[in-house]
Amino acid sequence: MSALLNTLATALSGGNVRIVDLTQTLSPDFPAIVLPPEMGQSQPFRQEAISKYDDRGPGWYWNNFTLGEHTGTHFDAPIHWVSGRDLPNNAVDTMPAAHFMAPACVLDCTKESAENPDFLLTAEWIKAWEAKHGQIPKGAWVLMRTGWSKHLTDRNDAVAYQNMDATGQHTPGPDTEAVLFLVKERDVIGFGTETIGTDAGQGFHLKPPYPCHYYMHGAGKYGLQCLTNLDQLPTTGAMIVAAPLKLRQGSGSPLRVFALVEEA
Amino acid sequence: MKRKDYSGIAVAVPVTIPYVRYSTHEAHWWLARVLRELIQGAGIKKSDIDGLCVSSFSLVPDTAVGLMQHLGMSPRWLDHIPMGGASGVVAMRRAARAVQAGDASIVACIAGDTNHVASFRLMLGGFSAFARDATFPYGAGGPNGSFAMITDAYMRRYNVKREDFAKLCVAQRDNALKFPHALFKKPLTIEEYMNARPIADPLHLFDCVMPCAGAEGYLVMSAEKAAELGLKSARILSTIERHNAMPDDPMQLTGGWVLDRDEFYGMAGVTTKDIDFIQTYDDYPVIALMQMEDLGFCAKGEGSAFVQSNSFTLDGTLPANTSGGQLSVGQAGAAGGYIGMVETIRQLTGQALGNPVPDAEIGLVSGFGMINYDRGICTGAAILAKGD
Amino acid sequence: MANPLNRPSRKNPIVKTRLPTLPPTTRGRFALGLTAAATEGRFELQVCADCGAVQYPPREACNQCLSVELKWTPQSGAGELIATTVLHHSNDLFYRDRMPWRIGMVRLDAANDKGPSVVAHLHGDVGEAPSRVRLTARLDRSGQAVIYALPEKETPNMADDPQYRETTCDPKFRKVLVTDGKTALGQAVVKALAAAGADLIWVGQAEPWKMSPGLDKLREFPQVAIVPLDVTDADSVNKLAAEIGGKVDIVVNTAELHRSGGIGDRDNTDTARREMDVNYFGLLRLGQSFGGAMKFRAADGQSSAVAWVNLLSIYALSNFAPHGTYSASKAAALSLSQCLRTELGAAGVRVINVFPGPIDDEWNQLLPPPKLGASVVASAIVKALKDGVEDVYPGDVAQEWLTKYRENPKVLELELRGGGM
Repeated sequence: MSALLNTLATALSGGNVRIVDLTQTLSPDFPAIVLPPEMGQSQPFRQEAISKYDDRGPGWYWNNFTLGEHTGTHFDAPIHWVSGRDLPNNAVDTMPAAHFMAPACVLDCTKESAENPDFLLTAEWIKAWEAKHGQIPKGAWVLMRTGWSKHLTDRNDAVAYQNMDATGQHTPGPDTEAVLFLVKERDVIGFGTETIGTDAGQGFHLKPPYPCHYYMHGAGKYGLQCLTNLDQLPTTGAMIVAAPLKLRQGSGSPLRVFALVEEA
Repeated sequence: MKRKDYSGIAVAVPVTIPYVRYSTHEAHWWLARVLRELIQGAGIKKSDIDGLCVSSFSLVPDTAVGLMQHLGMSPRWLDHIPMGGASGVVAMRRAARAVQAGDASIVACIAGDTNHVASFRLMLGGFSAFARDATFPYGAGGPNGSFAMITDAYMRRYNVKREDFAKLCVAQRDNALKFPHALFKKPLTIEEYMNARPIADPLHLFDCVMPCAGAEGYLVMSAEKAAELGLKSARILSTIERHNAMPDDPMQLTGGWVLDRDEFYGMAGVTTKDIDFIQTYDDYPVIALMQMEDLGFCAKGEGSAFVQSNSFTLDGTLPANTSGGQLSVGQAGAAGGYIGMVETIRQLTGQALGNPVPDAEIGLVSGFGMINYDRGICTGAAILAKGD
Repeated sequence: MANPLNRPSRKNPIVKTRLPTLPPTTRGRFALGLTAAATEGRFELQVCADCGAVQYPPREACNQCLSVELKWTPQSGAGELIATTVLHHSNDLFYRDRMPWRIGMVRLDAANDKGPSVVAHLHGDVGEAPSRVRLTARLDRSGQAVIYALPEKETPNMADDPQYRETTCDPKFRKVLVTDGKTALGQAVVKALAAAGADLIWVGQAEPWKMSPGLDKLREFPQVAIVPLDVTDADSVNKLAAEIGGKVDIVVNTAELHRSGGIGDRDNTDTARREMDVNYFGLLRLGQSFGGAMKFRAADGQSSAVAWVNLLSIYALSNFAPHGTYSASKAAALSLSQCLRTELGAAGVRVINVFPGPIDDEWNQLLPPPKLGASVVASAIVKALKDGVEDVYPGDVAQEWLTKYRENPKVLELELRGGGM
């Protein structure tokens, strides 16, 4: 083993590098994305035992499950969006393996999101963050920490998590300028959120609609959604492991996403 | 055309296999016993029986045919008579004609049923297509429900009271106390009858027969044959049967006897005044009363007064159901259609079992059977006389 | 008049639950016509096509002219009670549990005065013989038809007569699960059940993050409890069954997914699959989770488990191509409900299938009128429970389809194929 990986192994076993699970548990209760009813719908997660040490299979337990690609904590590939449809290596099976790991910058918008569920992360806000924490490096994940996952993990409140009214969903996300800044000025690898989309709940009304999907995927960037435990990450310095299932021409995939965090 | 009479025919060897409340045997066991006693009683060989009439509900899935192989019989004449309470009379009619025609020389008429704990219940639902479809699903009261409604309508129509039925039932019990095979051996009082628990209003406990196991039988042959065998026998003065009479009557308040009554007595050459005793089919006292009216012992609607003016006991006026009838002996399935016939033969041949009717010369036995839907649809009657 | 029913007291937890039994179930094939008519609330007897004689009990040939052309024909049921009895003894377990039981003999009116005599159960308000009555065919707990004599005119609290209640699935004082309260129809059903005196109404709510203003209004009813229930999720169904399955007396399965379109209107099976998942598999999941406890409680006192209502569609009878995959899912549900009927019927729990014509909702926007208001269907469901029937076809469109279907299902199919409806 190389010295570097040997050091990592030692750090992992010795506790100097901690693994933080950023994944929500997939269950039938996990809220699914809401689209107008006449549109195609993502299948929610469903799980049924094939056998459970019973007459269907006396010595073993296993399940069948069904779900859409964009269910639970999941990964978005560029091919997900029309703007990224013609890019090379744009699906979960063709994306470069090198992209499975990347460092993260955690942008803490918890306070703003608590005050305003429709909070929009702006380029100005990011620049202010950089002034404090340094420039976002090229190829980094930008993770928007809002505390939103706690609706589920702490309060099991799917209604508050979705936060819908007659005008749709009200959850925080980036505005168009912020997305363009991250894509063009910083060349990030992707954008991650605790909410059910990388865009704000009201992102349909931005220009263009759903700008984070549009520009990120249009530039070959990725998305991570329904993340949790972002509050356990350092502002910078965490290493994200996000390897989606190798689905043929998959537009995304549920995944186990976690971070390596070096203890101070 | 005038019907041929039944002269020259002898009815002999009355056999009752004592009844039991429940039996673990099958009907075949009961029918074998009665047949064996008939053969022994007549002093003949098994093969001398060349004709049989068989009645049994619990013989299923067998019929008379299967019974022949079961018992090793090879008769040249065989009849299965599924007519319940009319079986005893109808079997005698059939057998008499067979003997007259020379189709058989000695006909054994036998009826018997077993009674397992569940037999009666199981029989009810499948008794008939109409019972299955149109009475059993209505409370599954069995015959009690149907005869309760007949009794209800009859009591209102003809102003009959429970006390009248009580008198019949008590008289029959008095008779039964002298009959060794009766299952009911305790006296019954009018008060006990009146206070008995209700079964299906207006029927109470002592209006209902008790299902049991048992068998009955007798032999039919020519008078010459009976004399040759040295058997005491009775003669048939007249006999009738009728099925599904008056189907448009809303309720059965009159039985089929009325249609053939005049010819019946005409052939016999007797009137009701000449009858020394009667054996009515008594599954319920209302039917016994109906027979007294419909066979002319009193006018229709005068049954109540008639009952109150007769004693029906062995030593009183118009002895009726001299062995106690089914109400006091028990109802052994199809043998219930024979009990009156066998008792009549006993009385007329001097073989009464401790309950003789003094100076009995002529007896009338009546049958009534098969509550297919809402009423009994087989009726029959016979007048028998002491043999020559 | 019957004594008005009292709200049952709470169940005594140390008394053994009375197990369900059925009244006599067996009928001859030729007697099933009585039941077939009764499943839709009609009283029919065989009438001779040649001589007009009304026949009873059911048979294979006319008892007047021996014609074998006997047609099941609706009867007024008017007749005279000529004898009665109160049974204090029965050989049948079902009736033994319910003694005393009153029956009577009724002479049906007939022009020639040869109306048949009919053994009938008696409603408690029927007086002593002789008296005028009207006969009606009802399904008893075995699911077979029996004839009931009712008083000639309506009397107060008729439905509360205990002997009569054995043939109804009346929601009064019963606990009902309405599986989907998010639709206008589900909400109308809840209101109708509340008006009919249901004791408690659980109302299922799937995907609670999708708002349903009408559902919130239901919270104002004191007997309503909104519960999480997603019939596409076995876990959700099982969880609710574990909580309330031992109390549910009536299930009204209003959960349905309806999208227009046939085979060529879409490129994948996603929508059809979701229709099947709700309309067919949803019923299957509910049956698996709630069926067992309902069977166990089918004789549990005055307010026993008693009925299961499925919202089907008249399109279950024959495919309506513009709503082709929906039709198919409802046909599948119809078939499955017949299976459920056999299984629950073994304990005396009635399965009622409701076949409405197009309902006036967003998914039938482009269909021409007449379309059924949700409250009309809801009323039909409650009436079906009160009447204890098996099949109801609410609305003119459903009635027309049914008539055509009964006349000749192939002609109906051809007509639909040609766009003739």
